[in-house]
Amino acid sequence: MTGMVALYIFMLAAFTGYEVISRVPVILHTPLMSGSNFVHGIVLVGAMVALGHADTTLEKTIGFIGVLLAAGNAVGGYVVTERMLEMFKSSGSRGGRETH
Amino acid sequence: MAEGDIRLLIDASYFVTAVLFIFGLKRMSSPVTARSGILWAGAGMLVATIVTFLYPGMSNYPLILAAIVVGTIVAWWSGKRVAMTDMPQMIALYNGMGGGAAAAIAAVELYRGEEHGLAIATLAVIGGIIGAVSFSGSLIAFAKLQGLIKRSLRFGGQQVLNLLILAGALVLGGLVALHVDASPAVVTAFFVLALLLGVTMTLPIGGADMPVVISLYNALTGLAVGFEGFVLNNAAMIIAGTVVGAAGSLLTQLMAKAMNRSLGNVLFSGFGETAGAEATGVTGSLKPIEANDVGVMMAFAQKVIVVPGYGMAVAQAQHKIWELCQLLIDRGVTVRFAIHPVAGRMPGHMNVLLAEAGVPYDLIADLDEINAEFETADVALVIGANDVVNPVARTDKSSPIYGMPILNADRAKNVIVIKRGKGTGFSGIENALFYLDNTRMLYGDAQKVAADLIQAVKAI
Repeated sequence: MTGMVALYIFMLAAFTGYEVISRVPVILHTPLMSGSNFVHGIVLVGAMVALGHADTTLEKTIGFIGVLLAAGNAVGGYVVTERMLEMFKSSGSRGGRETH
Repeated sequence: MAEGDIRLLIDASYFVTAVLFIFGLKRMSSPVTARSGILWAGAGMLVATIVTFLYPGMSNYPLILAAIVVGTIVAWWSGKRVAMTDMPQMIALYNGMGGGAAAAIAAVELYRGEEHGLAIATLAVIGGIIGAVSFSGSLIAFAKLQGLIKRSLRFGGQQVLNLLILAGALVLGGLVALHVDASPAVVTAFFVLALLLGVTMTLPIGGADMPVVISLYNALTGLAVGFEGFVLNNAAMIIAGTVVGAAGSLLTQLMAKAMNRSLGNVLFSGFGETAGAEATGVTGSLKPIEANDVGVMMAFAQKVIVVPGYGMAVAQAQHKIWELCQLLIDRGVTVRFAIHPVAGRMPGHMNVLLAEAGVPYDLIADLDEINAEFETADVALVIGANDVVNPVARTDKSSPIYGMPILNADRAKNVIVIKRGKGTGFSGIENALFYLDNTRMLYGDAQKVAADLIQAVKAI
């Protein structure tokens, strides 16, 4: 990936993030913050690569902590988001506003 | 498979992951499709994690597996167990972990001391500082919301100190990035200062502002992940991190706007704690009332508007309150719930709790919808809400919450305030609503009071 291509990806991804959020009702702000919190759990793959290429004990230790934290971010983010959104589903099936 | 084929497989899988993330986030932004959104995004995460094991030239597999297993078990267990009311601090905690992971990636790269290009080295350093600030800052936010840290630490020259720490971290980061001195000692000092900055930045911020701060750290973690993605040449991290960085920044602005304040104001001004003492213009007395009288008042009302706040969340009273409202509805009373954008500790926090209790959406109204209706309401039942119904926000220019949009609960014919004690709200500002002639105070834990009210209504 050249520097310019990386810059384009950065720019387009930033606009995508902005667009996705821009018309969200207030009731979804907390679940969506939680959902985006889960999405940056992708740092897990980076932490895995960093630990996978670690040589010294120091690097391995930091890498291990990194993978541990990243897995916590991804899994914890998923579980709490799923739990919150689960409640929205049940409210909808009770004849809430969005089923009309 | 040849190494080239594996590379292709990994890149293609990361591409699929990026698509699934964006698609999932898009679905999460509408109540109808929200639930499937997290499933799509989860599938993306699974794909990316599995193919990363195939990465060429990796070792330490037992360590990687052990870390993933332990992290997964702990996070799964804690995420399933946490009460809905404690969600904000859990999100802060998980977010901090992500920031810490990004900082850890930067640390491994920087300690290794390989010669990167200037651009990559700079990105590693910036991602490291942002990730470290997000890590320690989120931990402080967690500790504050969890009640582990009670007071906001504030002293003269605090901003100057923060600036000095930031400057120090940037200078050390510059030394490392430019390879003037990238020795382990300098790298260590750099990270220590970055972690310290997160602590000193977050300590002075009052509890009422925590939602905005958590959202900000969420955006920062995204950005840090994106930057470290550039360092590792990992497209999935770049795209996911940047999307979250942008989305989180917008969300942070929306929240600050709902409180009628700028982000700079949230971060750098002493809100509440300093202003609380000099609140002026509050006269009159607090007039207590018994649950029985309130029960009668509500049972024979035409219209009751419920204003829930953090006090309801703390007392876990949402189920009892909904039970009470159902009794009133059965008696022909019109019941609405009025939700302030920043009620609770996060935007939408109250909606989540009421949804948990089973309150249908069409009874829940936001500020713009409901404010005109207070004048026609017989009773406004304020449950553990404080600053969001304080009329001084409309009138008192010297008040720190002046200009914040509030729910006009004071315009109802009768205002009943359920409150645990006589203290002020999280912002520390005296509430003029409590002293109005049409206001009565119903003291006690919200859950117990709600049970008393249910008895009172049933007895009629």
